[in-house]
Amino acid sequence: MLELAVKGNKWYWGWLVVLLGVIGAGFGLYLMQLKFGLGITGMSRDVSWGFYIANFTYLVGVAAGGVMVVLPYYLHDYKAYGKITILGEFLAIAAIVMCLLFIMVDLGQPMRALNVLLYPTTNSVLFYDAIVLNGYLFLNLVIGWNVLEAERNGVHYQRWLKPLIYISIPWAVSIHTVTAFLYCGLPGRHFWLTAILAPRFLASAFAAGPALLILLCLFIRRFTNFDPGKEQIQSLAKTVAYAITINVFFLLCEVFVAFYSQIPGHTTHLNYLFVGLHGHGALVPWMWGSMILMATGIVLTVTPATRKNETSLMIACIVIIMGTWIDKGLGMISGGFVPNPMHEVNEYAPTMPEIGITLGVYAVGALVLTVLYKMAVGVKEEVHG
Amino acid sequence: MKNSRRRFLQIAGVSALGLGAKPMLNAFAAGGGEGPGYHVATGEDALTAKQWAMVIDTRKLQTAEALEPIVEACNKIHNIPTAIENKNHEIKWIWETHYHNAFTDKTNNFLNEKVAHRPFLLLCNHCENPPCVQACPTKATFKRESDGIVLMDFHRCIGCRFCMAACPFGARSFNFRDPHPFIEENNKEFPTRMKGVVEKCNFCAERLAVGKMPACVEASKGAIAFGDLYDEHSEVRELLKENYTIRRKQTLGTEPSVYYIV
Repeated sequence: MLELAVKGNKWYWGWLVVLLGVIGAGFGLYLMQLKFGLGITGMSRDVSWGFYIANFTYLVGVAAGGVMVVLPYYLHDYKAYGKITILGEFLAIAAIVMCLLFIMVDLGQPMRALNVLLYPTTNSVLFYDAIVLNGYLFLNLVIGWNVLEAERNGVHYQRWLKPLIYISIPWAVSIHTVTAFLYCGLPGRHFWLTAILAPRFLASAFAAGPALLILLCLFIRRFTNFDPGKEQIQSLAKTVAYAITINVFFLLCEVFVAFYSQIPGHTTHLNYLFVGLHGHGALVPWMWGSMILMATGIVLTVTPATRKNETSLMIACIVIIMGTWIDKGLGMISGGFVPNPMHEVNEYAPTMPEIGITLGVYAVGALVLTVLYKMAVGVKEEVHG
Repeated sequence: MKNSRRRFLQIAGVSALGLGAKPMLNAFAAGGGEGPGYHVATGEDALTAKQWAMVIDTRKLQTAEALEPIVEACNKIHNIPTAIENKNHEIKWIWETHYHNAFTDKTNNFLNEKVAHRPFLLLCNHCENPPCVQACPTKATFKRESDGIVLMDFHRCIGCRFCMAACPFGARSFNFRDPHPFIEENNKEFPTRMKGVVEKCNFCAERLAVGKMPACVEASKGAIAFGDLYDEHSEVRELLKENYTIRRKQTLGTEPSVYYIV
């Protein structure tokens, strides 16, 4: 099917060239980071994880979000999704590729990365995270590729794929659960030390992933001869509506526990994020921005009129992606590290090279997604067109 | 032809998986409790203990001047890059802070003035139940079974900084850049580190191995005691018996091995 990816118009090739340019620039900056060390980022002794790990966490969510089309189709036999499961699976592949790259660029000694497999450590959550992420990548590659090929050949997919498909459903939940466990099992980091962290991660994932999928479906309908379908988009929109509402509800549960109990360890991080602490409040406008974006997203997706109108639905998806990215990407990681264990406030902000490397990783993801979607849409055009 | 090539790739793929699986299977078989396959050489005079512990008598260390030689002794023998000016990239093994920063869960609004103004020494607590060791994905940081010291293998560390997130005491530092230009006097007896790895206090494991007390203990002129927590006749146990002591964040259950007499 790869031949479908090497046939395209000038827009397709132009887009790929742009992405390669961004990847090249990002790679150049990464070489700088390799030479100098992670000191070219904004990270510090106190905020020892930053933009890379934040984006990693967000994208694990996007990858897990793909299951929101796989599950209804395969478990509930919701036939409409048959048309777009491949889009969910391929989105998951691109997202996981980015996750793995973000982990790599975050390592101080990336050439030693395989030590994780050479000295497998069963008490470290990172070990399990490596297993579930790579496993999920493998599952989606095998399932996505074979199901698409079968569709192209006009036959039913191979029987042995069925168990893999069923496994991939809880596996999607596991990747974001294990990623949450990286944070919520650490004593002394009270912002993360909450049993609701994994559910919260999943709720935001099931909002952000399908929201991105809706945008991609709208794009595909506009620019190709394949229509992912009105019903499909509307069903996804309902998933987004529930998930974003649950995500904000979970956040409010956290706020209640912290501020009704008034235990300083719990309130201090939320105070830092939403009102500032000891005069430090770099994230305050971002966090309130995130709240406004997510609230707007809830109103637009829950209200039937704005959900059914695809223009307002598109806006809803954009604000939900932005809102959840700030909430999870910017706030979740920094918020856990500020103040530090000695209650000192040392803020974090990413540097230009750090942002450049991050954009480079996103460009790799976009490249993988473009090529995969080109193939998927090519097959769909052949079969349905 | 096509079939045999496909077959070859399949076999190669399965073999690669098999090779990869071997260390995993070993790990599950071993239960993960083993440390790395290396040890610190010990001499005949080596000092040994079941769990090394430290008691810091802060009454004898009232001023910043009193702490200075202690911190300096450590910095010097461990090649700490003290000339790094950027606070974000600082490397600290032992350092001073205020009471309310050291004991965040034991602060009163109206605190004894002497204590409030006294500087406190912070260092790795060499917890009996260390969360950093639990977090490390490569066993680069491990609890030495022979004496309970939490050690680092600088050559195995991949620099993921999971241990820094896991430590509730802020005891760990990361080499955000090459430390060598910032080491003021190079001590050839102790390894320097490279960029991209985590480091922290090692309770002077290299000195204990040759029968010497930790450098900070020696420089403290009797203000810091060091000994076996599980030997009831050790100096630290005598001090713990006679004095009321506190530890940092002991409610977290990590069981710090550094005690403070206030």
